[in-house]
Amino acid sequence: MKKIVNDFSITVGTKNGSGSSTANNTILRSIFKMGIPVSGKNLFPSNIQGLPTWYTIRANKDGFIARRETNDIVIAINPDSFTRDLASVTPGGAFFYSDDIKQPISRTDVAIYPMPIKSIVRNDPNVPTDFRDLVGNMVYVGVLAQMIDMDLDKVLAALTFHFKGKQKPIDMNFNAVKAGAEYAKTNLEKKDPFHLEAMNKTDGLIMADGNMAAAIGSIFGGVQFAGWYPITPASSLAEGLNDYLPLLRKREDGKHTYAIVQAEDELAALGMAIGAGWAGLRSMTSTSGPGLSLMTEFAGLAYYAEVPVVIWDVQRIGPSTGLPTRTSQGDLTFTHFIGHGDSHSVILLPGDVSECFDFGWQSLDLAERIQTPIFVLSDLDMGMNQWMSKPFQYPETPLDRGKVLWEKDIEEIKGNWGRYLDVDGDGIPYRTIPGNKHPMSAYFTRGTGHDEYAKYTEDSSMYIKNMERLKDKYYNASKYMPKPVLHPAKGATVGIIAYGSTENAVLEAQHYLATEDGLKADFLRVRAIPFTDEVVKFIEKYDQVFVVEMNRDAQMYQILLTEYPQYASKLKPVAHHDGLPASAKWVREGILAKYEKAAPAKKTVKATAAKTATKAKTVSTSKKAAIKKPATKKAVAKSSAAKKRK
Amino acid sequence: MTEALPMAGAAANVNLAGLAKNDYRGAPSTLCQGCGHNSISNQIIAALYETNTVPEDVMKFSGIGCSSKSPTYFLNRTFGFNSLHGRMPSIATGALFADARMKGIGVSGDGDSASIGMGQFKHVMRRNVNMVYIVENNGVYGLTKGQFSATAEKGLQLKKQGENPYMPVDICMEALVSNATFVARSFAGNPKQVKELLKAALAHDGIAVLDIISPCVTFNDQANAFHSYAWGKDHEEPLHEISYIAPRSEIMLERDMEDGEIREVSMHDGSTVILKNLERGYDPTDRYEALRVMEESQRNNWLVTGLLYINTTKPTLTDIYNLVDTPLNRLTDVDLRPERSAIDKVNALMF
Repeated sequence: MKKIVNDFSITVGTKNGSGSSTANNTILRSIFKMGIPVSGKNLFPSNIQGLPTWYTIRANKDGFIARRETNDIVIAINPDSFTRDLASVTPGGAFFYSDDIKQPISRTDVAIYPMPIKSIVRNDPNVPTDFRDLVGNMVYVGVLAQMIDMDLDKVLAALTFHFKGKQKPIDMNFNAVKAGAEYAKTNLEKKDPFHLEAMNKTDGLIMADGNMAAAIGSIFGGVQFAGWYPITPASSLAEGLNDYLPLLRKREDGKHTYAIVQAEDELAALGMAIGAGWAGLRSMTSTSGPGLSLMTEFAGLAYYAEVPVVIWDVQRIGPSTGLPTRTSQGDLTFTHFIGHGDSHSVILLPGDVSECFDFGWQSLDLAERIQTPIFVLSDLDMGMNQWMSKPFQYPETPLDRGKVLWEKDIEEIKGNWGRYLDVDGDGIPYRTIPGNKHPMSAYFTRGTGHDEYAKYTEDSSMYIKNMERLKDKYYNASKYMPKPVLHPAKGATVGIIAYGSTENAVLEAQHYLATEDGLKADFLRVRAIPFTDEVVKFIEKYDQVFVVEMNRDAQMYQILLTEYPQYASKLKPVAHHDGLPASAKWVREGILAKYEKAAPAKKTVKATAAKTATKAKTVSTSKKAAIKKPATKKAVAKSSAAKKRK
Repeated sequence: MTEALPMAGAAANVNLAGLAKNDYRGAPSTLCQGCGHNSISNQIIAALYETNTVPEDVMKFSGIGCSSKSPTYFLNRTFGFNSLHGRMPSIATGALFADARMKGIGVSGDGDSASIGMGQFKHVMRRNVNMVYIVENNGVYGLTKGQFSATAEKGLQLKKQGENPYMPVDICMEALVSNATFVARSFAGNPKQVKELLKAALAHDGIAVLDIISPCVTFNDQANAFHSYAWGKDHEEPLHEISYIAPRSEIMLERDMEDGEIREVSMHDGSTVILKNLERGYDPTDRYEALRVMEESQRNNWLVTGLLYINTTKPTLTDIYNLVDTPLNRLTDVDLRPERSAIDKVNALMF
């Protein structure tokens, strides 16, 4: 059997709330510490305990770590998902299962490995009865480690990190790992091709999740106030502030330079954050789509009243119940136009964990510089999963506090200032902050009904002037925005635009489009709206530009259409929305489906192109290019079951 | 109501902060002639002037409604935020963190606080935010032309609305059960009491709720209506006289002031005097007694006015957060950005 080294996926099927996340993170971290590029994605239901949940890990020597839609190794711990888990293993793959599950195993095209998890744990007198299920998860870590050559020293390192060096739990769990490994060594014969081999491709990298990175980045940005309300998948961002502020902003006198308030709802969360931003604090909130819905009126007010505030939206699916624990890029147009009346939001789009850190501090600068709400759109995949990342970089520029007039400034200009006067011609006025003791410093803040000196007015010409200035301010803001990241391909004939957490999937798709499908594409990852000039210049270069995103209605595509209507015919939406982290498979298939070999397109030409594309897919020999139709896990399971019946 | 009474013993027209009453005024009111809210605005001006409060040491807030317009009509020199309907408490909560030495003055209405803003109203109480929270309560929506509010009494008849079928919300009771630390009620037609309660509220560290029955002259002033002048006049039941004594200021006897307040005094009749005597021994630090008195007055259709409850032992929101002495909004990079070495520390904490 030909060995497959450092190029496979592992999926663990467990019950929600069974404590398997420690075990799964241990596998992820062990592979990471072996120097092999790796990712781990928790695909979990909205539930505290009992429902099936999956954790999918991908190790890839070439650095392609987007979620794979195929499961080379499956570990089944949950009787409720056993059948489906077994069916999901790719032919030639490996299936590990807890041997207390007595269900028929009919597949002969995969390696089957029973694991006596319960009896191993029961036989360890050091494991208290209450801990048996928890520690039992470590047995599968050990069995897997033995079977795929995962380094036990790295497993120990991962456990030491997880338990913060506490010897007792480390020992208890590592003993279970060793027992699992020992069992496998004695009893299991290797029948699958998957192996790990140490590399050096993760040297100097860290592992962290985007929410934690955002919180820490905000602290390095001098955050002073956050109002927040619990919501999956954003809660851990505000909790990260609570975890790291005491550590990073510790003072000898024990006093605090910040306040984090858990509000009664998202309306109050943003209300407090706006109050604080208005009064001169580096202020933020964090939420997800449903919370953002509640924040809408306040967001609009902050836009018109020109209050600095940062709003993190860790995107997920849907209002109410449904798929609240599934990832999405579904809030883009909503955020872009949030608030009633005319409004345009400044949006940052981090693409990985280190950018969550960077945008953490940069967003606070931008909010005070532009005097407007800054929305940072992350998502569940980036926010809650552990990602390999560059280490966080210390900000190289001092805090930008924007245009603020204090007492001496007002004195210098003899009190002659107007809150909404466009002195510098960039649409950004000067502001004062409560606590300023100069008798000419105060002004009264309202929504739209004010003149340049913040006096109440309903005068039409004044309203128009103000609205036009706000629009100018928005477009001028593009000069402060992070520029897009270009991933070029030699001889590219088409372009790909994407944003956020899909980067890994798009990079992989870009590679296989070039190597397998003969379609060379430059890839531009947009990082902010309003767009910088690079975006339109990129679009101008190609006849076809594919806009890849995780939503139904192709929201970035819509915004690009609005901004650049002259290029409408060359923009092609590639939108996908199954709630799962992006995969190279759907990006590649989506692009091929929209690709037109000869432009301009006529119906017949289009049909031919599509056919060609399909053909290209079919003849592909790459093992990574499993280009069957089904896009969801369930469908994959179904199709492999169907194949089996044949 | 634009009288400027000279204070006894003070230099003419200037208080101990060196400010004239004009320094506390705002833009001319655009509310209806005779609106109770205007009278309250004047008492806010008077209370701040008489307590020598510097306008720059205060932030003013409001939501949406007739009452929420009124912060424009006082304290021109004070930073103000006219926010969203029912959302003034959250704006104030966040803003007051910026400079914990400053006092908040919020003006809201019965629609703004008891209907759309009930959630924020209750939570600003339990957080004990350091602000005076005035509810200018008229039982009716004025700006939208006369719909019932949540404080309108059951059975009230209004021209276009017909009869109100619901039980009313009692602002003071809601405040008290939400653990407010200062709860008072007054009547816009009794400016002397409004002013004294305002002074006491300004001196209180924490949330101070003032439910001020403020008749709407346009939409809700039928003689039988709870929030009308006539009803207020007949049913007002002051708990006890309070007189706020500011440090180093001349004491003005309440009776003398009452003599000065000619218009409003003419609104009173003899019944209130009798009721006042009954309640002279009232102890406003007894929360249980406060609830009992409110329940009793509700049953008897009385309008209990005065300081219903005060608790000076609870920390304010900013006290709880143990903030640095320098106002947070004066802090700079040195205080706000961790030093360079911290980044290595953080990276080392990651796996």
